Amino acid sequence: MRIRVVDIAKDFGRTGALRGANLDIRDSELIALLGPSGSGKTTLLRVIAGLEIPKSGKVFFDDHDATAVPVQQRRIGFVFQNYALFKHMTVIDNIAYGLRVLPGAQRPSKTLIRNRAEELLKLVQLSGLGKRYPRQLSGGQQQRVALARALAVEPRVLLLDEPFGALDAKVRKDLRRWLRELHDCTGHTTVFVTHDQDEALELADRVAILNLGKVEQVGKPDEVYDNPGSAFVMSFVGDTSSLPVEFDGTRLLHEGQPLNATFGAVRGGRCRLYVRPRDIVLSVPGADRLPATIVSIHRTAAGRRAQIAVGRAATIIEAEIDIAAEITSGEPIGLSFAKGRVFPE
Amino acid sequence: MLRFRQQSVLPGFGIAFGFSLFYLSLIVLLPLAALVAEAAGLGLTGIWNIAVEPRVLAALRTSFGLAFLAAVADLFVGFLIAWVLTRYQFPGRKLLDAVIDLPFALPTAVAGIALATLYAPNGWIGAILAHIGVKIAFTPAGIFVALVFVALPFTVRPVQPLISEIDRSLEEVSATLGASRWQTIRYVIMPMLSPALLTGFALAFARSVSEYGSVIFIAGNLPYVSEIAPVLIVIKLQEFDYRGATAIALIMLALAFAALLAINLAQAMRRRRYGHA
Repeated sequence: MRIRVVDIAKDFGRTGALRGANLDIRDSELIALLGPSGSGKTTLLRVIAGLEIPKSGKVFFDDHDATAVPVQQRRIGFVFQNYALFKHMTVIDNIAYGLRVLPGAQRPSKTLIRNRAEELLKLVQLSGLGKRYPRQLSGGQQQRVALARALAVEPRVLLLDEPFGALDAKVRKDLRRWLRELHDCTGHTTVFVTHDQDEALELADRVAILNLGKVEQVGKPDEVYDNPGSAFVMSFVGDTSSLPVEFDGTRLLHEGQPLNATFGAVRGGRCRLYVRPRDIVLSVPGADRLPATIVSIHRTAAGRRAQIAVGRAATIIEAEIDIAAEITSGEPIGLSFAKGRVFPE
Repeated sequence: MLRFRQQSVLPGFGIAFGFSLFYLSLIVLLPLAALVAEAAGLGLTGIWNIAVEPRVLAALRTSFGLAFLAAVADLFVGFLIAWVLTRYQFPGRKLLDAVIDLPFALPTAVAGIALATLYAPNGWIGAILAHIGVKIAFTPAGIFVALVFVALPFTVRPVQPLISEIDRSLEEVSATLGASRWQTIRYVIMPMLSPALLTGFALAFARSVSEYGSVIFIAGNLPYVSEIAPVLIVIKLQEFDYRGATAIALIMLALAFAALLAINLAQAMRRRRYGHA
């Protein structure tokens, strides 16, 4: 199902408000709502679900205005970060809940409900655990039960609020991959909220980045990572360092020292250069390079990172350096940039 | 096998357990034992003969029947009040919350007199009800009103903390799955609250069975009609029939104990099933 969110505003008087959010969600896609806490991503998800009533704006399910449709009638599947399983019900009863509360005429027979619940239990790879109570399951298993329960009502869209937030790193990774496979085989339009950029980039077909109650950019993971539309998107998705620079119409300057490229700068005056750690090139000091000093070097899982103080103001930036590179802290170096983007200050 | 001691980081199991037993014996069991001893002079047949006296039977029926009805009424009202006090914000909420405990603090005789004045045929409410031919004061209905009043806090207080602990996402997830509000209350909320509701019911019932002060002023105390067992005990005492009084007391004790035990067992069974209270 297609979902269109048009100019949604929701004021809480606290963080998480929406200020004119727009978003088009395509049929059968897996889309991530990514943003820092307080950016309104969960609020947007809850507005789509019907758990929050927006102050203004509209939500369309396909071409129908769903803004005033109560949550019970939206046929959505919602999964909470804390699983929200009914503790006094067995796993199978939890999954069957949405079918059991159907009005008499639409409710399938008891055996049908049971079979359907068993089927879903199998789909989430928990066959045989139907008689357990939620507290007897691990966090990852509980989250899969919550997903099966949401799928039982044959929702038109699956909405997941930080679905893996409460799980440890290893389980999170497995569950991510599993959710991707599940999505590919069931084809539900799926929206999930996350503050974890890796999760969004790895899992989603498209990523919507939220900031201050608005959708700032929507695109494929490659697009938002490689072609960020704003300084916020660039610094939120992926590691980024920035330097104050000046554009004099032809050249980009840092403290009067010209850089070897303009990085798409158009407007003159003060702006900022944003670079990824891997796009910073370290070499010996030279006329066409920014003077800098290595402050410290630390090991990461994949390589090494160096904190570098640039210029007279000693602005700290972070660069990726080769494991084998013979560099020590305190050493004066020359910097240049392979890639970068300039955004107005 | 009985297992006593369990390893724990908190010390003092021996002393705490010993003191609890000693205290319980001194304060609760000893007086009850004296009661049993006094009644024992009658023998089982003697007690039985008193129990089946029509006037005693009627009083016991009035006491336990009305206590049950009052506890049921308080169960519903108490739940509603607890819900409103926990879930909604409104001016005067804290004040109302404090008012709930007044039946605890008020001498029950005062409550009885106040209620009797209100519900008497010439009282504020009694006069209105008299128009439509309903009599509350000096009938079993009056006893019911008094019991509902004194036992109310018992059904409000145990439920309140549980309501505030309910995770809102459970209600929300129920709604997203298509459940109506009523279904959410019935299948999601109630099962979580039922232990506290049952506890509240048991306390309200126990309180109602034992109530004396407020009832005597509003009941009219007519034998066979609106006479509760505690009144009968006092009457027997005034007639210096100590044995008879203790016999009725013992019967009340046994009935109340059986009822409370049944409720506790129901709780324990539930706990075993779900593994938590």
